[in-house]
Amino acid sequence: MFKIVQAEWLAPKVRRLMVEAPRVARRHQPGHFVIVRVHEEGERIPLTIADSDAGHGTITLIVQVVGATTERLCGLEAGEGISNVAGPLGRPTDIEYVGHAVLVGGGVGTAVIYPQAAALREVGNRVTAVIGGRSREYVILEAELAQCCDDVFPCTDDGSYGYHGFVTGWLKDLIDDTGDVGLVLTAGPVPMMRAVAEVTRPHGIRTIASLNPIMVDGTGMCGGCRVTVDGQMKFACVDGPEFDAHTVDFAGLTDRLTTYRNQEQLAWNRLHETALGDHSRGAHCQMSGLEAAAPV
Amino acid sequence: MPALKPSERMKIPRQRMPEREADERRTAFIEVNRGYTSQAAVTESMRCLQCKDAKCIAGCPVGIDIPAFVDAIARDDLPAAADILFADNVLPGITGRVCPQETQCEEVCVRAKKGDPVGIGYLERYVADWAREHRRELFDPPPPSGRRVAIVGSGPGGLTCAGELSKRGHAVTVFEALHRPGGVLVYGIPEFRLPNAIVDAEVETLRRRGVEIVTDVIIGQTYTIRELMRTEGFDAVFIANGAGLPIFQGIPGENLKGVYSANEFLTRVNLMGAYRGEESDTPVLTSTRTVVCGGGNTAMDAVRTSRRLGADPATLVYRRSRREMPARAEEVKHAEEEGVVFEVLCNPVEILADENGWVRATRCIRMELGEPDASGRRRPVPIPGSEFDIPCQIFIQAIGTRANPLLTQTTPGLNTNKWGNIIVDENNMTSIPGVFAGGDIVRGGATVILAMGDGKRAAAAIDAYLRNGE
Ligand SMILES: Cc1cc2nc3c(=O)[nH]c(=O)nc-3n(C[C@H](O)[C@H](O)[C@H](O)COP(=O)(O)OP(=O)(O)OC[C@H]3O[C@@H](n4cnc5c(N)ncnc54)[C@H](O)[C@@H]3O)c2cc1C
Ligand SMILES: Cc1cc2nc3c(=O)[nH]c(=O)nc-3n(C[C@H](O)[C@H](O)[C@H](O)COP(=O)(O)OP(=O)(O)OC[C@H]3O[C@@H](n4cnc5c(N)ncnc54)[C@H](O)[C@@H]3O)c2cc1C
Ligand code: SF4
Ligand code: FES
Repeated sequence: MFKIVQAEWLAPKVRRLMVEAPRVARRHQPGHFVIVRVHEEGERIPLTIADSDAGHGTITLIVQVVGATTERLCGLEAGEGISNVAGPLGRPTDIEYVGHAVLVGGGVGTAVIYPQAAALREVGNRVTAVIGGRSREYVILEAELAQCCDDVFPCTDDGSYGYHGFVTGWLKDLIDDTGDVGLVLTAGPVPMMRAVAEVTRPHGIRTIASLNPIMVDGTGMCGGCRVTVDGQMKFACVDGPEFDAHTVDFAGLTDRLTTYRNQEQLAWNRLHETALGDHSRGAHCQMSGLEAAAPV
Repeated sequence: MPALKPSERMKIPRQRMPEREADERRTAFIEVNRGYTSQAAVTESMRCLQCKDAKCIAGCPVGIDIPAFVDAIARDDLPAAADILFADNVLPGITGRVCPQETQCEEVCVRAKKGDPVGIGYLERYVADWAREHRRELFDPPPPSGRRVAIVGSGPGGLTCAGELSKRGHAVTVFEALHRPGGVLVYGIPEFRLPNAIVDAEVETLRRRGVEIVTDVIIGQTYTIRELMRTEGFDAVFIANGAGLPIFQGIPGENLKGVYSANEFLTRVNLMGAYRGEESDTPVLTSTRTVVCGGGNTAMDAVRTSRRLGADPATLVYRRSRREMPARAEEVKHAEEEGVVFEVLCNPVEILADENGWVRATRCIRMELGEPDASGRRRPVPIPGSEFDIPCQIFIQAIGTRANPLLTQTTPGLNTNKWGNIIVDENNMTSIPGVFAGGDIVRGGATVILAMGDGKRAAAAIDAYLRNGE
């Protein structure tokens, strides 16, 4: 059992969990993720390590409810436990001096760029974060990023906060205005990362995307996480999850992510049936004022 | 019972393994072989000629004293049979089920020259199952040596080594990347061939002996080998992390929805329990038509599993002929009985998609056997213009696995060959003093018993290394 020591809602359906996992915490570097199994019959899902504290032996996960497993996980409170947390997995982010590094995060993707920002700053870079959300309440980690970035620019689709528009709109201007962007790191929904790659491509700016294919083991054993990069088959869990965004086959990634759509919907329905009466499988559905909605 | 004369023994026919009906098992994950009754076991054991120069012993990779344990069954002295068996093989309930006996002990059994060999594997399983039911190991802990050994991976290689080292008084910690110990035995080999409960029982025995098993730790990521030795206080390490990286053919269409590696498909079904349907959170695709590519045990397991999940037809595509299939003979027979369709001398060249990116068919080409290749088997060559399509919604690639570089990449000074397999000396020691390796990571995809043999040999070498303090 891996104990949850702190749990709070950061945004609608986005929960921050601090979990006791000392072995993982002591080795965590930006870019790493863990595989989590919430309960004994649970599936294995990958989650980025958003932060760690080696001294206290904890890691921080930022989880968005998109289906049955993430909902179960987000239903847990401090003091409760998670069956398994394995990691750290994946290759860490290459942290080097480039001058000006720009990090583009969308939704929970902001959890990926947060540790990257601190590390890039530490080696002397000027660091700018551009973070997006549907509306004001979906913009997360702004205060935390402000502590380790030179500038943080929030963007909202509906204009309720910060820049009115997509992160790519702001990024385009930033590149033109500053002219010194040496590296762009991006994490978030696939269409966003794809659009970021198209913005930087004409400028030849090195751009790294953190990919989120479906995973099972996270150790290179199943090949379920395979993605096409530069025409080659790569296993995102061991070769990535970060790849050169200009050579990633985003269309293929998007398509493979829909593989289990029917089963995911059924699992969601089942969870919501059992959650009404039966709590035996850990379905503590206290959604803190969040209405239950079908996954996208 | 008076001893039988050889001529009388020769007259006894090989006792059949009781099996579940093919109809029943087409949809069930329950074990196919039910095991000998005590009467069948005693009768079968009396077929053994008790050869002076028993060829079967040499045929066994760990040299079990086969005539002795078989004779103990004939005398109905199962405790003695178990003692003999366990002296050379700590996991007989597993090997009795999955060893390729027909190319090992049973191939060289003298009785095979005229008719059927003694059912050594079935008898081994019989004794092991009896012992699991009736014996509680009275483990007398040896005096602690004060030395600590880390084992990487909890497959048959790692578990065997752990058992042997604990018998010698060393403190053993097994690190396993997955959430459940057992390696291929639990994530790969299906329930209908090797129930996970049998593996769990073996793991429990080790735990009772004081072996610590720590899951969710990936050596190379969570700890490096160097850290284990330098900061975590281990005096030696045994690496048995298997050869789990699935190989794809590199043909068009392998990234379509509906394409699996056998490892992914079997892991979802076995380890994650997708065969239990709604009881498990892990989904697996099921379809009416499935094609599996390969001819080994992995391919048989995948195709028989898909059959149980409803595939009709479940087709196995293999590029050589049936004779060259590396799978255990019994698995091929069972697959046939269960209605698996065999397309031999045939190889996939492309996986075709429908308009939504789902698999719709496998395009194959017919093959013929040409000159023998390096493996001594005749090389399959494509027949130009012979392409044809097999309609399917799921395609499972089961052509093999290779070494996973996750650990070796992070271990400077650890020598590997061009396939990424770890190089060891005759004591299973690697290029790093105190670090030993065995099983599939050394041999490439091999067998359970060879991995166990390595674990045992390495344990003896580690023991000597620790005692000599070198
Ligand atoms: C390296 C990596 C890091 C990630 N980090 C985070 C993170 O920090 N925070 C976060 O909220 N999410 C993260 N994700 C995504 C997260 O793993 C999925 O949202 C989660 O698995 C969905 O499970 P579910 O049962 O709740 O939803 P489901 O209903 O099963 O699926 C909803 C969606 O999630 C995708 N998905 C389903 N199963 C998996 C799986 N096993 N692996 C990956 N994707 C899957 C599906 O394509 C589907 O579109 C990450 C994914 C990867 C690969
Ligand atoms: C589907 C299938 C069917 C088979 N059928 C048969 C059969 O019938 N008969 C037979 O004799 N052989 C069979 N084999 C082959 C046999 O299973 C293997 O040869 C044997 O399991 C190898 O044992 P091992 O101990 O070397 O490794 P494995 O059994 O592969 O175990 C390795 C373990 O190490 C773990 N691991 C990997 N990397 C790390 C790491 N970095 N840190 C920590 N842990 C790690 C893995 O998760 C795994 O649990 C089959 C194989 C497959 C895939
Ligand atoms: S070779 Fe066959 S007959 Fe001879 S001892 Fe071995 S099992 Fe018995
Ligand atoms: S998740 Fe299984 S190989 Fe990457």
